[in-house]
Amino acid sequence: MEITLTLNGNKITASVAPDTVLLDFLREHGCASVKCGCETSGCGLCTVFLDDKPVLSCSVPVVRADGHKVTTLEGLQEEAAEFIGFIADQGAEQCGFCNPGFVMNTIALLRENPDPTDDEIRAYLAGNLCRCSGYEGQTRGIRAYLNAKKEGRL
Amino acid sequence: MLTFNRYLRATSLEEAYTEAQKKSSVVLGGGMWLRLGKRRIGTAIDLSDLGLCGVEETEDSYRIGAYTTLRDLECHAALNTQYSGVLRESLRAIVGVQFRNLATVGGSVFGRFGFSDVVTVLLALDASVELYKAGVVSLERFCTMGRVNDILTHVIIPKRSLSVSYHAQRNSATDFPVLNVCAARNGEQVTVCVGARPARAVAYRYTLDGTAGKAERIANEIASRAVFDSNTRATARYRRHLCCVLVRRALDDILEKEEA
Ligand SMILES: Cc1cc2nc3c(=O)[nH]c(=O)nc-3n(C[C@H](O)[C@H](O)[C@H](O)COP(=O)(O)OP(=O)(O)OC[C@H]3O[C@@H](n4cnc5c(N)ncnc54)[C@H](O)[C@@H]3O)c2cc1C
Ligand code: FES
Ligand code: FES
Repeated sequence: MEITLTLNGNKITASVAPDTVLLDFLREHGCASVKCGCETSGCGLCTVFLDDKPVLSCSVPVVRADGHKVTTLEGLQEEAAEFIGFIADQGAEQCGFCNPGFVMNTIALLRENPDPTDDEIRAYLAGNLCRCSGYEGQTRGIRAYLNAKKEGRL
Repeated sequence: MLTFNRYLRATSLEEAYTEAQKKSSVVLGGGMWLRLGKRRIGTAIDLSDLGLCGVEETEDSYRIGAYTTLRDLECHAALNTQYSGVLRESLRAIVGVQFRNLATVGGSVFGRFGFSDVVTVLLALDASVELYKAGVVSLERFCTMGRVNDILTHVIIPKRSLSVSYHAQRNSATDFPVLNVCAARNGEQVTVCVGARPARAVAYRYTLDGTAGKAERIANEIASRAVFDSNTRATARYRRHLCCVLVRRALDDILEKEEA
């Protein structure tokens, strides 16, 4: 099947098997940030935006993205750079495997709710599993970033 | 893994229905449950172009399109205002936001999963399902039906002035529920739905007046009437105990809210 979608701002047309998964398609098109962690829709590592909504790319047949906009971390470098250092400062990035999905979903959270409480941060990121950090460092990192922003330190 | 040979983006419900009659064809919802199966599907039928996304508010009901996502339902202001935020409360523990942006209301209801938070709540709200050929059927009846070969187009929640409370117990935050309970009171009539027994949710109806100890009596009675089973998440005995606690909490919540 032939599909056309906008990937990180670039229109691409490709021929795909009907059951190609979006995750595989994205990796084949140079988006190495998109990784497969569980393949059972449970870990959040493969998060990308489909028309600006965070979704699990391991769970979407790419034919469903036909005519739509897909954004990966490769297309959001600037937005991610704003807060990623705060997370690293808290030691929350250990093996780093969960990081791309976590960063994508944090961007989605902050776009939807620019001033979340810690409970709102935890609730929004509940679908992003991390085997190393215990999550506290990540919450602290986001909090530190939000505080820095409020205090005009950014 | 979701594998299929052919993808059909249906242009009408009739086309989708006709294709769905073939044994090798499957209607896609969000595909989240389907993808866990091993079956190789002939044709995957996509209903995306049939206008089944979104919640339509009519004078006496909310008509929810089958392709409305769980996240849309969770964030729907009017529905959550009307039903004490119970949709938000019951959906928020389902995996994660990214998952709920894909899983659909239609797939969740059509699947009639025993563990479902969605079905337990909708049952308590006295919802019906609209099937393309069979028409409108109460969700309670739909839950007792065997295999259905139809297209679910809408879930309808009647507008009622209800006090509602939802409680679920999970072994870990985003796991399947070990047990879930939703109670909805309309005047003195209360409907209590118990799901994840682990079998499908069932509804019990009682009169709940302000009589002291009534909530406790109802909770004990439901816990003894309901059938529970054991699985990897919990034993039947633990579920029975939880049922008693969660039903009582739900009823106490409702009475407290009404007093307030
Ligand atoms: C890992 C995981 C964890 C989960 N945890 C929970 C949980 O904790 N609580 C909870 O309540 N739920 C949970 N669920 C279930 C989930 O919320 C959805 O209910 C489920 O994925 C089905 O929705 P779907 O849109 O993905 O449907 P699909 O997987 O696409 O379809 C499910 C079934 O319904 C059929 N179907 C879909 N739409 C229609 C239609 N319009 N007409 C006719 N047939 C249709 C399909 O052919 C299929 O048989 C979980 C699911 C997964 C995969
Ligand atoms: S790889 Fe997609 S959710 Fe884990
Ligand atoms: S840092 Fe290792 S999985 Fe999260």
